[in-house]
Amino acid sequence: MEQNGKVLVVNHERCTGCRLCELVCAVKHDGFSNPTRSRIKVMKWETEGLYIPMSCQQCQDAPCMNVCPVKAISRDEDLARVMVDYDKCIGCRSCVAVCPFGAMNFNVIDRKVFKCDLCDGDPQCVRFCDVKAVEYKEPSDVSIVKKREAAHRIRMASKEAAALVAQA
Amino acid sequence: MPLNRKIAYIDLTTGDIQIKPIPIEVRKKFLGGRGLDAYLLYNHTKKGCDPIGPDNTLMVSGGILCATLASATARCHVMAKSPLTGLLGSCNMGGFFTPEMAWAGFHHLVIKGKAKHPVYLFIHNGEIEIRDARELWGLSVTETQWAIRDQLGDQEVKSMVCGPAGENLVTYANVMTGIKNSGGRTGMGCVMGSKNLKAVAARGTMDIKIAHPEEALEFNKRFIGQITSAKVNQTQGTLGTPFIWGATNSWGGIRCRNFQYNQCEYADDIEPEHLDEIAEETCGPYHMTGCFGCQVHCRAKYRIPGNGPYAGIYDEGPEYTSQGAFCGETDTPRAETLLVANHLVDQYGVDNLEIGSIISWAMELYEKGILTNKETDGLELRFGNDEAVIEMIHRICQRKGWLGDALADGGVQASKKIGKDSFSYLIQVKGMSNLHSDERATPGLALNIALSSRGSDHLRSRPAIDLYHLPEPVMRKIYSSPVPYDGPLSSEHTEYIGKAWQVFWHENCYMGVDCLGICKYHTTFLGATLPNFEDWARVLYYNTGLEMTPKEIWEVAERCNNMERLFNLREGLSKDDPEKGDVLNHRYHDEPCRRGAPEVVGRVIEKDKFIQMRAECYEHKGWDENGIPKPETLKRLGIDHEPSHLV
Repeated sequence: MEQNGKVLVVNHERCTGCRLCELVCAVKHDGFSNPTRSRIKVMKWETEGLYIPMSCQQCQDAPCMNVCPVKAISRDEDLARVMVDYDKCIGCRSCVAVCPFGAMNFNVIDRKVFKCDLCDGDPQCVRFCDVKAVEYKEPSDVSIVKKREAAHRIRMASKEAAALVAQA
Repeated sequence: MPLNRKIAYIDLTTGDIQIKPIPIEVRKKFLGGRGLDAYLLYNHTKKGCDPIGPDNTLMVSGGILCATLASATARCHVMAKSPLTGLLGSCNMGGFFTPEMAWAGFHHLVIKGKAKHPVYLFIHNGEIEIRDARELWGLSVTETQWAIRDQLGDQEVKSMVCGPAGENLVTYANVMTGIKNSGGRTGMGCVMGSKNLKAVAARGTMDIKIAHPEEALEFNKRFIGQITSAKVNQTQGTLGTPFIWGATNSWGGIRCRNFQYNQCEYADDIEPEHLDEIAEETCGPYHMTGCFGCQVHCRAKYRIPGNGPYAGIYDEGPEYTSQGAFCGETDTPRAETLLVANHLVDQYGVDNLEIGSIISWAMELYEKGILTNKETDGLELRFGNDEAVIEMIHRICQRKGWLGDALADGGVQASKKIGKDSFSYLIQVKGMSNLHSDERATPGLALNIALSSRGSDHLRSRPAIDLYHLPEPVMRKIYSSPVPYDGPLSSEHTEYIGKAWQVFWHENCYMGVDCLGICKYHTTFLGATLPNFEDWARVLYYNTGLEMTPKEIWEVAERCNNMERLFNLREGLSKDDPEKGDVLNHRYHDEPCRRGAPEVVGRVIEKDKFIQMRAECYEHKGWDENGIPKPETLKRLGIDHEPSHLV
């Protein structure tokens, strides 16, 4: 399948902190404007100008899946995502407690846990983010970009080192 | 539903709080935001009340589309009688406060009385609590916000606050939220200070039902495309509003040395590209910050460079207004002065435009010998003196020294204390200072500031696209909708022809977005292709379910503009009054431009043509020759029996 394995990639340095992702997520899934219904959430340190969008990492060995006492959480390998089966879910919130990213939420209005479902392959947070702080990519694309960035830093460091040696 | 957000009436003297729904017929007449505030102001404020007394009423609101999918719907509007002008007080800011207030269940607050000691309001899921703010008094704008979060144990709380300038009753103190979002102009922070109201905090998790979610999402996507495809917004989203500085200055549209020149020499130091080089974390595509839901993201982030006392401090901006206020008018075009001054006004919570303009006025008075070392306590208040600019910001915000205290009262009041002919050098309309722009070569823009309802202001009706020399068919398309217009229009911005209609059109356009709660950068303000009435009718329907035609939204805007006029007339506006009228400082008519492009040099606003243009504009508005709404105009708009106390 074409979309098999794509992941949500956050580049927080691009984020302007506008929280449109939260708004469109809540409206798309529930029809309401309400950030507490959003699967993605921008965490902010305003005095540093630092904004980090947080969402589900769709873990391979997902703690939420492992902790679930009724096996309501499973991996959907077609879209490489972790899904909640609401027919089985008993609302115990063990998954909320165990998620290391705070990505499993509990909706106090409907009294249900909820998490990112990648909008069935067309994540709205990605679609609406004009600055591309959130992207939907093949995992191989993600690591090659990071490799190049890391290699660039090494390259610059060795240039600086060479310059220092030349000066000495 | 956005339509089920409530209005709360809060009496700080008695502690009484009443919460009521907003009737649908009121929504249809005034929508929300600034428009409904104008109605509430006229209905809930006693004629002739003391702006800093308990009888003045402070309105806080979000637009009807607040926190919905209509793009940049974060605008917060605050209104009261102005302590600066004695007329309409009104300010508007972005940020994240009003969406939070809407999720907490409210669109409008009407705050009366005066608390016995400093308090703040906490709005939380349908409830409002008055809390002790004695420990917050004296804190800066950001310190106050973080202290409230710590006190409430919730980092998601959003607050609008007044800073030390508001506490000290500086008549042009701001209300502020976040690091930089400022409700500047007309001193609404001073009204908060006078009521012992340090802050309004909000935290909400209540649903706002979107009437047609799929359509709202898809239309918003299209809307964003329209907004971000405009070159002006792309540039703004990279460099912030300072991108206009270079072009405006070289053309000759920047006030320098108060009003002696119309261009600031050697100003490359404060160009955004240079700020980017010297200040860590400034411009560039990944160093901008935005308000709720906005894809324009017009504010840069920066840390103050150098080794001075403020080095390393984080702030946002500086915007175009700060460039003009702390560099152009005072002729101190240096980056460090700009970045430090911008930071100081953000922390004191004071209007950068007003304070910079008043400092440059005082500098001219000092150089002309009207102010002396006696009044300045020895400070060399000369143009080009960077330290004097910084020192005067401190003195005014703390009301320190004779001059600091006098200038904190605003230009008109200060001119009465200073005496001599100081008033004639004050560049103001209706008691409020002009932006640093020089309108002598642009009669349309000059008419805008003269007629602006809150005193001199570019955000009430400025036909900024007039500067683009748009082809006439394009102008016709814009200005003949949603109501027909077949009168004259000119693509030439130095002309007087047709400008009255453009000002009238933009006045209704900007009132429209202020009622909806959308930012002006998302409308026909700086870009000719940006959304207006047609698009608003659709976003209004998709998000709220309210069906209104573009023409009906235009009529709401007209109605609300007339409510503001009625208030101003009630409080003493008279068309030719130099302090409270629709007139410009005499220097616009008497002193020709000295610098800039050939088409600018030598220009003045010709008085007879200006008066003619003003009369035309009154006529478009349905006002008589004295600028008073005609009875038939008020009848047509359904506001012929005010106050009518619908809410």
